[in-house]
Formats: sequence, structure tokens, C-alpha cells
Amino acid sequence: MFFVIAVIVLIFVVIFQIAKASEYVSILKGEEVSRRQNNRINGFLMIAFLVLGLIGVWYCNELYYDKTLLPYRSAIVEGELVDQMLWWTLIITGVVFILTQILLFWFAFKYQESDNRKAVFFPHNTKLEIIWTVIPAIFLTVLVVIGLRNWFKFTGDAPDNALRIEVTGKQFSWMFRYPGKDGEFGKKYFRLIDPAGGNQLGQIWRDTTIQVKNSRGGSREMTFKADTSNYNDIFSPQIMYVPKGKPVKLIINAMDVVHNVGLPHFRLKMDAVPGTPTTLWFTPQATTAEMRERTGNPNFNYEIACDQMCGNGHYTMKGTVVVVEENEFKIWLAMQKPAYYTAFPDLDPTKKTVNDTTAKPAAGQTVALKP
Amino acid sequence: MSNEAVLHSHDVHSHDDHHGHHHHESFISKYVFSQDHKMIAKQFLITGMVWAILGGLMSVLFRFQLGYPDAEFTWMKDLLGKWVNDKGQITAESYYSLVTIHGTVLVFFVLTAGLSGTFANLLIPLQVGARDMASPFLNMLSYWFFLAASLVMLSSLFVETGPFSGGWTAYPPLSALASAQPGSGTGMDLWLIAMALFVVSSLLGGLNYIATILNMRTKGMSMTRMPLTIWALFFTAILGVLSFPVLLSGFILLIFDRNYGTSFYLSDIFITANNVGALPNEGGNAILYQHLFWFLGHPEVYIIILPAMGMVSEVLSVNSRKPIFGYMAMVGSLFAITILAFLVWAHHMFVTGLNPFLGAFFVLLTLLIAVPSAIKVFNWLTTIWRGSIRFTPAMLFAIGFVSLFISGGLTGIWLGNSALDIHLHDTYFVVAHFHIVMGVAGIFGMFCGIYHWYPKMYGRYLNNTLGYIHFWVTLAGAYLIFWPMHYSGLAGMPRRYYDYAQWESFKQFGDLNKFITIVAMIVFAVQLLFLFNFFYSIWKGRKVRSQNPWGATTLEWTTPINPGHGNWPGEIPEVHRWAYDYGKDGQEFIPQTTPVGSNETNHH
Repeated sequence: MFFVIAVIVLIFVVIFQIAKASEYVSILKGEEVSRRQNNRINGFLMIAFLVLGLIGVWYCNELYYDKTLLPYRSAIVEGELVDQMLWWTLIITGVVFILTQILLFWFAFKYQESDNRKAVFFPHNTKLEIIWTVIPAIFLTVLVVIGLRNWFKFTGDAPDNALRIEVTGKQFSWMFRYPGKDGEFGKKYFRLIDPAGGNQLGQIWRDTTIQVKNSRGGSREMTFKADTSNYNDIFSPQIMYVPKGKPVKLIINAMDVVHNVGLPHFRLKMDAVPGTPTTLWFTPQATTAEMRERTGNPNFNYEIACDQMCGNGHYTMKGTVVVVEENEFKIWLAMQKPAYYTAFPDLDPTKKTVNDTTAKPAAGQTVALKP
Repeated sequence: MSNEAVLHSHDVHSHDDHHGHHHHESFISKYVFSQDHKMIAKQFLITGMVWAILGGLMSVLFRFQLGYPDAEFTWMKDLLGKWVNDKGQITAESYYSLVTIHGTVLVFFVLTAGLSGTFANLLIPLQVGARDMASPFLNMLSYWFFLAASLVMLSSLFVETGPFSGGWTAYPPLSALASAQPGSGTGMDLWLIAMALFVVSSLLGGLNYIATILNMRTKGMSMTRMPLTIWALFFTAILGVLSFPVLLSGFILLIFDRNYGTSFYLSDIFITANNVGALPNEGGNAILYQHLFWFLGHPEVYIIILPAMGMVSEVLSVNSRKPIFGYMAMVGSLFAITILAFLVWAHHMFVTGLNPFLGAFFVLLTLLIAVPSAIKVFNWLTTIWRGSIRFTPAMLFAIGFVSLFISGGLTGIWLGNSALDIHLHDTYFVVAHFHIVMGVAGIFGMFCGIYHWYPKMYGRYLNNTLGYIHFWVTLAGAYLIFWPMHYSGLAGMPRRYYDYAQWESFKQFGDLNKFITIVAMIVFAVQLLFLFNFFYSIWKGRKVRSQNPWGATTLEWTTPINPGHGNWPGEIPEVHRWAYDYGKDGQEFIPQTTPVGSNETNHH
């Protein structure tokens, strides 16, 4: 450690001595001469930086292109629009980037101070300025039009036949609820959340009266009537099963702080805000198994990454989306036991036939559905 | 009195006895509680530099974690104590604190106070021809509020539960609830106090800048004769004065939610950790804070970049020995950016569940900013075209600024489009975008200003060779650090993650993270070189021997080499022309104080 520091200090001292010496030399040579010399060196470095920089841009692309999502088709139908838009934007901004950077560094090199040339007095030119106001405006209009068309598609209403899944983020995991056979989510209330009692979401299972304290120390009574459509709602922690080829609509909630359902392979994300539900919909077009084949990675999974800073465990807040064929999905759904019956096994009419572990789809079960 | 008379009535070289012309100044009144705008500028600059080094060091520390998540730097334990675990790794909690404080201090303390605080103070009176600010006393208070904010922020690093760690944007409920994150306890109280003090400082400064520019211009200095630096600082001040109060109101509501049981931002919250359970708050909306925050937060990025643009315009013109191209278009585009800056804040919130129809307007207005930005870039390019360029270190940083502004600005067209933002939001693509266009470009603008006006500040030059090394390593380093991040962003890699090891989708960038960390350390070391150059040259640098070392037209170069309080020993010079008569009618340059000759061509 001290050795490293000593070496760094030594390098600093050497650089400093060189810098000081070069300053004395430049004073001896005179301001004019040393300025010319500095101009030549920096002018050359300008063009060198341009060339090396453009090579670097190409080389960086060689190294990392395959590690991005660009080589793989979007895993949802709607995501294709994101990719298409991305390529159009890349082409337009890429051309502008290369042209302007070349002009900048080339001008800097070419128009360095010289005895043969004087600076041109060229304070303005209305025609030129109109040209470079109008042309960017036209290209931007094109991008805005494509962008808004896609945006309204993503944020528009989901098709009527969409499978609805409720997503809830909490520090630092994800929970999913399926509406069950009746197709309705039962009502819930955050004060009824009771992780120890198996009621992770605060579903209103029974007629209940609770005392609610306010921040001034007083309290009031709240009464709830059991919502029977809760009885068949299915609860799945961490893993969300969805069928391929069918639209899926997420209704997104948060229990504590703001989270974000980030779905990189779907090219989508949406915040989870406590107290204010949001929605997101998509149509999966590649199963997990297909993506494993396509990426050549047997461990591939569609990961849900929390994309909104949510606390010290933010980086561990991972969920998994398992996209399966529709018939597999039906089998999976049929095997699930509603959370209500897990919490109150005595009330379960089918308790003799269903294996108790199904309420929590463990990793083993996930694998069972894989081809 | 004409400029000639000013020049010849005083010996410009005898600066040592010059302070004696003015009232007696003790050490305290000259260096500490100074009301001289030039000294206040230096105070802002040096405090900003201290924060830049601290903030930069923080980034090196959290880059350690990202580059070497498994390494065991046990020596760090000795330096950082409980911030490092027994294995010699920065803990997740301290990682998030470092990221948060790095963001806060660089955005506000370095690139706002350090940049516009320094150069608005230094340049406004000097370039418009005023003896000082409209209110030197409020100006002094502006610095002292900033210093108070700095000290409170600094103290938050040492509290038991750690400094605030919920990201520089401080979104509630995370920032409101100590039960959700330890850093949201005392650390957040101190963060809020520091930020409130900072807003006061910024408002005192901003009002002063506006009043000075509008009321205290010297004879002949019409608005359209002002250098672009002054226009840029003027619009910056307007942005700050109109948007910082909104941020403060957002903070006040947050303070109420935190301490007095209100529910402005809080609703339906159940905290699992430590069996806290359901909170009493109902009916609030967490997104409200984001609106209030970004109503400042977006203008803030222009508060950072406009002064840099102004200084870069000036330096490009001086060192190309050519007038700035399209002066009125430059002023117009600054104006357009200022107006649009207030109308685009929700593009930070496309994925919050914002009404998509409303989002559409923010897409349109956001992409509209690309038009004035494009005008500025093309005008800068035309300014150096067919010029006679002198590569002073300031000029290099100005060229570097344009390059970075292009690179980072173009990715703004990606992120401003909600249909792409829905994919790229909060990934490393965003980190690359804003670091290039706001962070590094802003810092480049600051360096450009420091190298260019250092002779005016200290009467000495910075060492050129060190300046060249500083520039080239920093430019190359900035691109090496941030360019590849676009690729991890295109893989969807989220920002603000402590460790990517468990993520099948993102762990392929381990080598890249190492590479970036190494480059970041080198770039940081070179900034130390600059710091050394800065302080060494204050006392030992080459002395400035000519009053106008860069051959510039503007008024600050008509003052003595070491101007005292009041700037001009005689009368304030009168202005007869705009600030950009370079190479006109075969003359190298014509200072603003030279009357228009009878046979001079008229270009307007």
C-alpha cells in the first residue's frame, strides 16, 4: 500500500518537474515560439484523438454488442416497437454524432494558428442558421411521431382477454396475485396485512373490526366485510408465471416505498407506488425455454429488476417471470392452492387431495414445468 | 473617461501597492467576511473544489465496490471504520450513502455553487462594468449560507445511522421513513437542513446576479452588447430564482411528513422490517414529491450547463480570434432553453404511472430542446471554422466541452422519447447520458473558465504543461468511463446496484466494471494534479505581465492585473461595441471600449 502511494507521489513529482522545466524553456524561447509549438502538438493530438476515438467506438461495439439485448428479439410482441424505435434513433443520432465530432476535431486541427492564414470575420449568416434550425426540427418531428404512436400503444388499454396479475413490491421482494377461477381480485386493505398469519397482501378474508391509531395518539374503529372473491385468489411469491401468446396485464402496487417493475427482456418498466396502483401490459412471444436456447445460457431467466432506489437491499430485489406455453400455464394454475386455504386449511374443501407445498411454488416445481 | 485614459492614468504593473488605494482591509474583511465579488468568487471556487475532491473520492470508493466486489481491501477498514465490513468491503449501506452524497454534492455544491457561484460572482461585475454586485452584503451572505450548508452536509457523514442514502433525488416514502432505511433518520434531517440552507444561498446569489445585470451595466453596455457569458449567467439566475423555491416547498412538505405526522407523500404503507407494520398515513401521493423535485431538478441541469455554455462561447471566440458565430441566435437559443427548461420536468417521470396523454406533451417539449441545442453546437463549430486557433488549456477544455455536449446531448434524444425511456429508464444508459452531458461537460466548462480567468483571479498563470496533461487525460478518461456504460444500459443494467453477481441478465459486465474503476482512479489522480497546479500557481505561478494576456475584447481585461475592490481605479470605462470584434477590418481585435471608427464596416 505504502509502496503504491510512494510510486504515485514519485510520478507526480516527475510530471511536476517536467512541467516546471517546460515552463522555463517556454519563457526562454519566448511566448510566440512556445505558443506555436503548443499549437502544433495539441493540433496533432486533436486529430489523433478523433481517429483513436472513432476506432475506440468501433472496438467498444465489437466487445460489448453481444452482451446487450440488441442481438435478441424482444421477448414480447410490443417490445419489437421499442427495438425499431431504438434503431431509428440510433441511425439518426449516430450520423449526427460522427459528422459533428469529425467536424469539431478536424476544424480544430485544420484551423490552428498559422502564418499563411488570418481568421475570417464571419459573425453571422441567416441562411445557414435557418438551415440548421429546420433540419434538426424535421428529424425530431419524425422521432416524436414514431415515439408517440408507440407510447400510446404501450400505455393504452390492454386487450379485453388479457390475463390480469397483481404485482406487489416490498423491501426487497416481489409478490404476485392471480384472480382465481372467478376472475376477480378480492378487496384488500393495507392495515390487514399479516405476514405471520399468511395474509401477505391484506386481503379481506373475514368480517373484521380493527382499531386504527392516528398520529396524534387517538384511535377509531374500522369495520370490514369479508370479500368472498378473495377465497380463490392465488398468491405466488417471487415467481410470476405467464402464458406465451396471450396478453398479460399487470396491476402494480407497492407495500412500503416506491419500487419499479423492470423487465429488461420485455423492454418495459413501470413504477410501483404505495397507494397509487399503476398498470402495464404485454404479450409474451418467447418462452423461458426458447430464450435459454436462443441465448445459449441454460441459467437464463426473465428477471424482474427493481429499477427504483428502494433501500439498502435494492440490488437484491429480484423476481422471475416464467413464460410457458399456454397449456403448461393452465396446468400450473390448476395446481395452485388459494392463499386463503393455505392460511385456513380447515376450511379447504379439497384439503385431502392437494399437496400442501403447492401454495408456495418452490424452485423444484418451476423446473418441473421446463421442457 | 475613455479606456485609454484609464489605461494610462495608472501603472498597470504595480499591483503590489495597489490595494493601498482603497480603504484599509484587515485579513478578516479581505479574506473571510469579504464583500468583494472577486474574493467571494474565489471562496465559492475553493469550497466547490473541496467538495469536488470529496465527491470524486466517494465515486472512486464506490467504483472500488463495483469493480472489485469480491476483493478484500482490509486497509480500507482502517480508513473508513464501520463503513467497511470485516472482510474489507464497503457495506451496502455505505455504498448507497456514497452514491447519494456523491450525487448531491456534485450537482448542487460543485456544479451549481462552484460553477455559477464562482463565475457569476467573478464575471458579472467585471464584464458588465460594475464596481461590485448590486448588494455586496447579500452576496457575502450567499457564500456563508453555502458554507453553512456544506458544513451541515459534511457533519451528516459522521452520524451514527449514516448519511442519507436514498439517492440524490430523495424520493419519499424511502426518504421519509427511517424505518425503511437507517440513512433516512438523522442523516436525512441533516441533508434537508443543508439543502434548505443551500436554496437560501442560491436565491440570494441569483437575485443579486439578476439585479446587477439589469441595473448596473456601464454606459454603452446595452443588453445586446453583453458577452455571452453574461447572458448565460443571467438566464441561469432566472432559472434558479424561479425553480429553487419549488424544491424548497417540496422539502418543507417532506419535513412535515417526517416529523409532524402529515401525509402529503405517504399513503397505504406497511413496513415489514423490525415489525413496524402499518403506518397511520393515508391519502398522500408519493408522486407529488417527484413533480416538485423535478420542477427544480430539470432546470437544475440547465443551471449547470448554461454557465458552461456561456464561458465556452467566450473562450472559443477569443482563442479562434473570430467573433462568435450567430450572437443573436446564441442568445435566442439560451432563451429558448430557459423557457423550455420549465416545461419538460415530467420526462423524468414517464414510468411513474403519469397520465400518458400528459407524457406526450413532455416528449414533444423535451425533444424540442434539441433544436436550440443543435443551433448552439453548429454555431460553435462555425466559430472555430476558418479561425486562427490558439490551443490554450482553456480552449482545449472548450473544445472538449463541445465534444461531450454533442455525445451526451444526442442520447438525450433517446431518453426524452418516452417510447424508449420505458426501456432505458434508470439503467446505466441514463448514467452515461447525464454524466457526459451534465457532469463532465459541466466540469469541462468550469475548467475552461478556471484556466481562462485564472490570470484575472490571481495575477498569475497556471502551468500550461500540467494543463495539457490534465485536459487530455480527463477527456480520454471521461469517454473511456462513460462510453461503454451505454452498452450496459442497453442490456438493461439498473443503476444504483451494489452488486450484480446474482443477476443472470447483468453479470456479464464484471470485466467492464473493473476497467471503468481503473480509469476512474487515473482520472481522479489527474484531478489532484490540477489541484496541485491551482494552489501552487497562486503563489509560484508565472506572473501575468500584460493587462490583456489573451487579447480579448471584454471589460475585465481593462482592469489592472490585480484589481482591488471596485475593479477600476479610475472611472468605469464606457462601452462602444459588442464583445466580439475579432479579426474585423484586418485588426486582430478591437476592445469593447474602443469607439467605433468613422470608416469601420457595419456588420449588423
